[in-house]
Amino acid sequence: MRVTLFVPCYADTLAPSAAIATVTILERLGHEVVYPGEQTCCGQVHGNSGYFREALRLAERFVDVFGDADLVVAPSASCVGTVRHLYARLARRAGKVELAERFEALGARVFELSEALTGPLEAGDAGSFFPHRVTYHPTCHSLRALRVGGAPQRLLEAVEGLELVPLRRAEECCGFGGTFAVKNADTSAAMLADKVAAIEETGAEACVAVDGSCLLQIGGGLARSGSGVQALHLAEVLAGARGE
Amino acid sequence: MTAIRPFPEAAREGLANPQLRANLARATGTIRGKRRAVVEETPDWEELREAGRAIKARTLAALDEHLVVLERAVESAGGKVWWARDAAEANEAVSQIAREHGATEIVKVKSLTTDELGLNEYLAGHGIEAVETDLAELILQLDGDWSSHILVPALHRNRHEIGELFRRTIDREVGDEPAALAEVARTYLRKKFLAARMGVSGANFLVAETGTAVVVESEGNGRMCTTLPPVLVTVAGIEKVIPRWNDLEVFLQLLPRSSTGERMNPYTSLWSGTRAGEGPREFHLVLVDNGRTRVLADEVGRGALACIRCSACLNVCPVYERTGGHAYGSIYPGPIGAILTPQLVGIENAPTLPYASSLCGACYEACPVKIDIPDILVHLRGRAVEAGVEPASERLAMRGLARTFASRRAYESAQRLGRGALRLVPWARVGPLRAWARARDLPSQQPRTFRGWWRAR
Repeated sequence: MRVTLFVPCYADTLAPSAAIATVTILERLGHEVVYPGEQTCCGQVHGNSGYFREALRLAERFVDVFGDADLVVAPSASCVGTVRHLYARLARRAGKVELAERFEALGARVFELSEALTGPLEAGDAGSFFPHRVTYHPTCHSLRALRVGGAPQRLLEAVEGLELVPLRRAEECCGFGGTFAVKNADTSAAMLADKVAAIEETGAEACVAVDGSCLLQIGGGLARSGSGVQALHLAEVLAGARGE
Repeated sequence: MTAIRPFPEAAREGLANPQLRANLARATGTIRGKRRAVVEETPDWEELREAGRAIKARTLAALDEHLVVLERAVESAGGKVWWARDAAEANEAVSQIAREHGATEIVKVKSLTTDELGLNEYLAGHGIEAVETDLAELILQLDGDWSSHILVPALHRNRHEIGELFRRTIDREVGDEPAALAEVARTYLRKKFLAARMGVSGANFLVAETGTAVVVESEGNGRMCTTLPPVLVTVAGIEKVIPRWNDLEVFLQLLPRSSTGERMNPYTSLWSGTRAGEGPREFHLVLVDNGRTRVLADEVGRGALACIRCSACLNVCPVYERTGGHAYGSIYPGPIGAILTPQLVGIENAPTLPYASSLCGACYEACPVKIDIPDILVHLRGRAVEAGVEPASERLAMRGLARTFASRRAYESAQRLGRGALRLVPWARVGPLRAWARARDLPSQQPRTFRGWWRAR
């Protein structure tokens, strides 16, 4: 299948390994990966911070870049949530009904990685091998906006050599929340401290999630606490293979 | 209207108080568990939520008509209806009724609306003492403190603090045991119930077709206040109306499960006007606007008026659990406060509240009437930006970022510049990333961007 890759701006710029791993898995499964170089940012930061005009322009740009794609995959639940839910809302509130319908049509073809692998791509065994103990943090947008349910855990459980251990209060937010981490830095840090403590309790070598932005927060907290636990994107785990 | 304290600043007090955070974590954790159990055992929970949402949405869409029906029904049942545009009019109505009956001490049922109006302070200014009869409200009143939780107002106080307070104010001999403390309060309040010539309550619901006011409570103090004194005044926001008696069936299942985690609350009092030979001889209903019609005019923001004040959103909120209720600067704390307060007092007076959330969505999931709180938060952020209350530096940065993202060339050169700057500038010490770097490491520099890798492969 031909898969059009959408890489969030922060992942492209600061943490490319999740996107590189996404390419690895998709190609290993026999899909053709296309990466439109015109893509920049979905506009989530603007949309969630109240800068609706700016967000709507970036939304229109997103449709220009991805409008013809049959299947768009992104290693980020919150960016997919933005495209699938926020875009149409922004358009409707600006009185642009036709645009909202275009957004909705595209939104139905944009998938977060674990959704795509367990849904339209019908991925079988990707030959993933990751002989480590990991815990899984369900990010808020994957859990409550996209409702991916247990898809990421199912993918992890199928990885050879991997031991998945439960995380206490897993469904509680890590405290990232985009500009929240800066505007309410102290509250965000208090939430992060509890998340880091819960992760460290598990004795896992890595905490896995499907949102690179939350992983910047969790990884930053784990690095600061000096525990040596890694923050990894699901794609990075799935891309692991024997002999690497 | 005075501006409330900025949330990030007010939050620091709660964050820095380990005792408060332990109390909050324990209390909200217990109530979350109880709620989960009684929600999971209800097979039609999602249908009930949807019914609750639909009834509220339909009612708010024709609120004026339902209020007129309510007024007629209350009056034909022997009650009197007062319309109050704002807090001043509502407070004056209650005060006038009290003065007409020579009531200098009144007993009150726990009511958020009268707290919002500042009724007790207003009455005190007119020589009328309002005695709170809900145990937690009494504790706060005796200590000059204020509520930090919709359902458990004294959540931030422990029993030793309460014992100390009671010894100072009611009974010098009492210890710190909960049962003894409750008994002291009970004896103290019993005298007040029997002596009061007027009771004041709020209302959880007002049924339009029957003119019925409904109060849901746990301690029985509400039943005392609404049945013993000869005069009863109910003060309620106009959004509390529901059209039909049968609608109660939905809300009386949703509310106790969502608030106390019970299948049914101990006391549900319902009254329609007055009746010869029982209960109060006079009934007054004060219907309060105080900013609500302005909220109603906002098609997105009006969702907040559907709230039935259960406090489930507070109990699941990771922000509330860490900051406590006082950080929200109003009688309505937590996620619901973050969307209600800025609308009631004006966004310019509470511009930080819509940002007091990571948009995690736990509140929306718990809300028994499906208020999309994250969506309303984002909507109100838009109104804050529109009103120009966000800092100019942020506005410039956001516009600049939007321009950068508008073209591939600008984006790629910003990436080059940014990555260079990440190497050269000590970001942990300057700029907006300083706040980030206080508690977290910055991501380590990767050898290249994704698009650089893609091109090179």
